[in-house]
Amino acid sequence: MTVTVLAVDDSRTMRNLLDAALSEAGFDVRFAEDGAEGLKCLSEAAPDVVITDINMPRLDGFGFIETVRRDHGNRALPILVLTTESGTELKARARDAGATGWIVKPFDEEKLIAAIERVTAA
Amino acid sequence: MTQSSNDIRESFFQECEDLLETLGEGLRRLDHEGEDIDTVHAVFRAVHSIKGGAGAFGLDALVAFAHRFETALDEVRAGRLARDVAAMRLFHRAGDHLGDMVAAARAGSGPDDGETARLQAELEALIGEPAEDEDEAEAGAGAAFEPMTLDLPALAAPEAGATRYTITFAPEAALYSSGNDPVLVFRALARLGALSAQADIDAVPPLEDLDWREARLRWTLTLVTEEPEEVIREVFEFVEGNCALDISREADEGAPPEAPAGLEVTPELDDFLGAHEADGERASDPAPEVAPVPADDSAPPARPTGQVPGQGGAEAGTRTSATIRVNLDRVDRLINLVGELVIKEAMLSQSISQAGLPAESDVSSGLDGLKQLAGEIQEGVMAIRAQPVKSMFQRMFRIVRETAEISGKRVRLVTQGEHAEVDKTVIERLVDPLTHMIRNAIDHGLEAPQARAAAGKPEEGTLILSASHRSGRVMIDVSDDGAGIDRARVQAAAERKGLVAPGADLAPAEIDNLLFAPGFSSKEEVSNLSGRGVGLDVVKSEIQSLGGRVSITSERGEGTTFSISLPLTLAVLEGMVAEVAGQTIVVPITAVQETLQPAKAGLHAVGRTGRVVESRGELVPIIDLGLAFGYRGPLERLDGHVLLLVETDANRRCALVVDHIHDQRQVVIKSLEDNYGRVAGVAAATILGDGRIALIIDPDEIASTSAGAEPAPEDIPLAAAE
Repeated sequence: MTVTVLAVDDSRTMRNLLDAALSEAGFDVRFAEDGAEGLKCLSEAAPDVVITDINMPRLDGFGFIETVRRDHGNRALPILVLTTESGTELKARARDAGATGWIVKPFDEEKLIAAIERVTAA
Repeated sequence: MTQSSNDIRESFFQECEDLLETLGEGLRRLDHEGEDIDTVHAVFRAVHSIKGGAGAFGLDALVAFAHRFETALDEVRAGRLARDVAAMRLFHRAGDHLGDMVAAARAGSGPDDGETARLQAELEALIGEPAEDEDEAEAGAGAAFEPMTLDLPALAAPEAGATRYTITFAPEAALYSSGNDPVLVFRALARLGALSAQADIDAVPPLEDLDWREARLRWTLTLVTEEPEEVIREVFEFVEGNCALDISREADEGAPPEAPAGLEVTPELDDFLGAHEADGERASDPAPEVAPVPADDSAPPARPTGQVPGQGGAEAGTRTSATIRVNLDRVDRLINLVGELVIKEAMLSQSISQAGLPAESDVSSGLDGLKQLAGEIQEGVMAIRAQPVKSMFQRMFRIVRETAEISGKRVRLVTQGEHAEVDKTVIERLVDPLTHMIRNAIDHGLEAPQARAAAGKPEEGTLILSASHRSGRVMIDVSDDGAGIDRARVQAAAERKGLVAPGADLAPAEIDNLLFAPGFSSKEEVSNLSGRGVGLDVVKSEIQSLGGRVSITSERGEGTTFSISLPLTLAVLEGMVAEVAGQTIVVPITAVQETLQPAKAGLHAVGRTGRVVESRGELVPIIDLGLAFGYRGPLERLDGHVLLLVETDANRRCALVVDHIHDQRQVVIKSLEDNYGRVAGVAAATILGDGRIALIIDPDEIASTSAGAEPAPEDIPLAAAE
């Protein structure tokens, strides 16, 4: 069975990079362009793990995670936020919102997959 | 279908274009519409996304600059920094420079004229703290949450041999509701060395008192590993704020306090970890520790490994985009083929009518359907090449800003109709002329703030750049609300430069058109702005080479408008098909003002061979196309011929003599230069329905090259006076 990843990011480049890295590694990758679209995709995509950007139009990463976590069925869903090295404060805020962990941008493939493996039983 | 890294890189730069546009638009909105937090967010996100992508491609200079910029914008976003005029000006410059840096990175060059450092320093000054320390400062704020990258190499030299660590780990409820799982933490620890774990269930209440929202379990773990403590802490990276954690080395403590080595390992856990190590699968779904871990129960069963190859996940997951990128060559080939299709259709239509088939026959009605389809296909294909003028207009904001800065004038650029679409090539080749016209409008058209105030105008001048579709062409207007053209000064300058005879009686439009005369510059001192060694004559010839036309209207004290009229496409042309001395020629319909019968028109002879025709109170020189192209000698009489009154550049007119007019139709433009060579007076060629080649004439060129044989327009009023 394939691990399904829902990647939520408004940057086309970032989506392309995630797609290249994850599809190559055999993940089934779904995309959403902001938090609001991410919420819509969630039930249909039934992801095993979610990767989300923080700065997005309409609904940002924090709001997205908080909304996801409000549904008790999603409390155990691993959600990784994409953040930059210096985003210490953002990490703390993301964790408060209910993020499982984070991926530091720019990521390389190994780091990305290692982070996913850390939060899934893969 | 994954893309190659080059494709992704290219798509990054394309995205950058969009982001820079968003950035520029956002900054302008902030200029004019004041406080709007959504716009501030959008501007911030644009810079942030550029930075993010740039980081992925190792464009460090870009990342560093975007980071400063972003930090400053974030201060504004947080309300810690006032968004005053100086700050906005800096943001505009930083935005422009960011665009330059992206362009340089795309071109693979890194030309830095010191502007990066200069702007960076200004941004830092604006932020009010040295940006170098900023990461550290930020890190300090979330002290419990040390940033650690996943591949951090061991900082300390590994000790010889293994060290025993005792770890007490007490998850809080928040840990379970954030998608984390102690089991995953244990698994990661077990990979570092020999792990034993002891669950402390003392705090777990009897079942009837159990509240699933509370976390009651705690563990004492013993890990014997050669890895340094940093690596162990890294395992707890994601959960560190959501648990009580203590890690101590055996050497620090006299003796391991609670869990002696290898003792009392929870058997289930041992099994569990063993199973994980063995096949990477969860051995049995229920976790060994039960009640307070609701998170674990709802976890998806049987998660596979992350390295399942292929399996078609990619095509199912990758969303189909609403746009595709197509090589321009392919589009152009298609356009050419459609051109051929239109020609074939015209030929077929002609043979059918020659065969004498009735209009209601099946063949004829079938052909009508084909005609319509061909027309629609043609339109559709042309639309592929069409692009909104918006991207070009957006670039002009920067030109305006920079020109205004240098000239000390205050200018506001307003764009209108930026969704009007024009052929891509036209847009690309229009950038330079338009840039020049805008510089010219600011430099020469608009007055300095004091002069404007004195004239009762707002100090800030307005420049309107507008695009609209008008009868199959695109009109682009550059209007300023400046002083208008000082015609007396223009004429005086033209006289000094020998462009017109001293004291010539010129109509206002003729004086205005002197601005386009080669070598004309109305400014006494050469300006380093719109000067640049290029006159408006170059602008005009560039626009003409696109099949366009440029004209001026000006009102003293009110302002000046430069109007450019352009064809929608460079591939087809609406033409009047006519015959001259047995040759078929095509005259661009846009040039033809009216047609006249010489017999009914007032003809006058000028000199030995020259003739003029009277039209709307003006005398217009007559040019025989048959003579101009060398098809025949001078005509004795013009009776029975037709005069095409065409408007040439500079708002002059001339009357072209043809034998008769066939019809008016759309013709496909075929380059004569590519296939034969340049011919004076001929713009291009086309293939007609009967397969013959017809030349598309260039009225402007004919008028100017035949000028020697014909009276110059300035002389006409004199001739008429006699």
